[in-house]
Amino acid sequence: MSDAISALSGAHATGYVTVTEAGLRGMITLRGDLGATKLKAAVKKLIGADVPLVRQNTVNADRGVAWMSPDELLLMVPHAEAESCVAALAKALTGTHHLVANVSDARAVFRVEGAAVREVLAKISPADLSPAGFAPGQVCRTRLAQVAGAFWLTDDETAEVVCFRSVAAYVFGLLEHSSRTGSEVEYS
Amino acid sequence: MLLLNCPCCGVDADETELAAGGEAHLKRETVGAEDEAFEAYLFMRDNPRGVHFERWRHAYGCGKWFLAARDTVTLEVFGTYPAQTKKPPKAIENALKKKRPDWKGWA
Repeated sequence: MSDAISALSGAHATGYVTVTEAGLRGMITLRGDLGATKLKAAVKKLIGADVPLVRQNTVNADRGVAWMSPDELLLMVPHAEAESCVAALAKALTGTHHLVANVSDARAVFRVEGAAVREVLAKISPADLSPAGFAPGQVCRTRLAQVAGAFWLTDDETAEVVCFRSVAAYVFGLLEHSSRTGSEVEYS
Repeated sequence: MLLLNCPCCGVDADETELAAGGEAHLKRETVGAEDEAFEAYLFMRDNPRGVHFERWRHAYGCGKWFLAARDTVTLEVFGTYPAQTKKPPKAIENALKKKRPDWKGWA
């Protein structure tokens, strides 16, 4: 098989926060009844964490699970394991109404780091990024200027931004542009 | 700016995150319906100046449909509620009657 490469090969920009393409990440879309015992058990087994509550994001070392909608989860695993995880999930959920798909190569992931990370994201999204409205451990599915995207904070100064791979260059441009030195809003 | 609280994910979603879906609580005419009834279902809308019940989709967020009661003149939002609802919840209806005594009811 040919080697998988990420959309922008680790592109990096330094402004008043840094923007880095985070490379390959295994991502699995799982849809179904999030309250079903079988589904809960399968997620627990694969990720080592419970199905998150509404808009929560659980990270367990190199794995994670994010709440995407009332019937959808985004599972994150090491890229090389995505295919086998999909197979394991499909097997575990046999007989239950569900959908599981490996979307790893349909996505791009960016890491945005710096004290002003909330401000940079607030420039490109209508979401509430105040500390009261959005905290580490939550996931936000929203709009990044003209495209769909999602992000979460891993700590108070680090965010991970996910978008479709086809718009990776656009989103990198957005993040790079809105974090240019000299464009600080200093909103707090 | 219009902010609607999505009952499916709890986010106060900005208008630009949402897709409008037109009037809510329409009776869907189908095979066997009279032509006039079908035409009314497809094209005829009340479009009053004031209180509207609308369908919205949280398109950039959780992707789910929900319903909202709001005033199209003042942009006041009276409330949002799940799409799996045949008529506006009592609480919204009561709030509406209080705020808009001349409102003629939802149907």
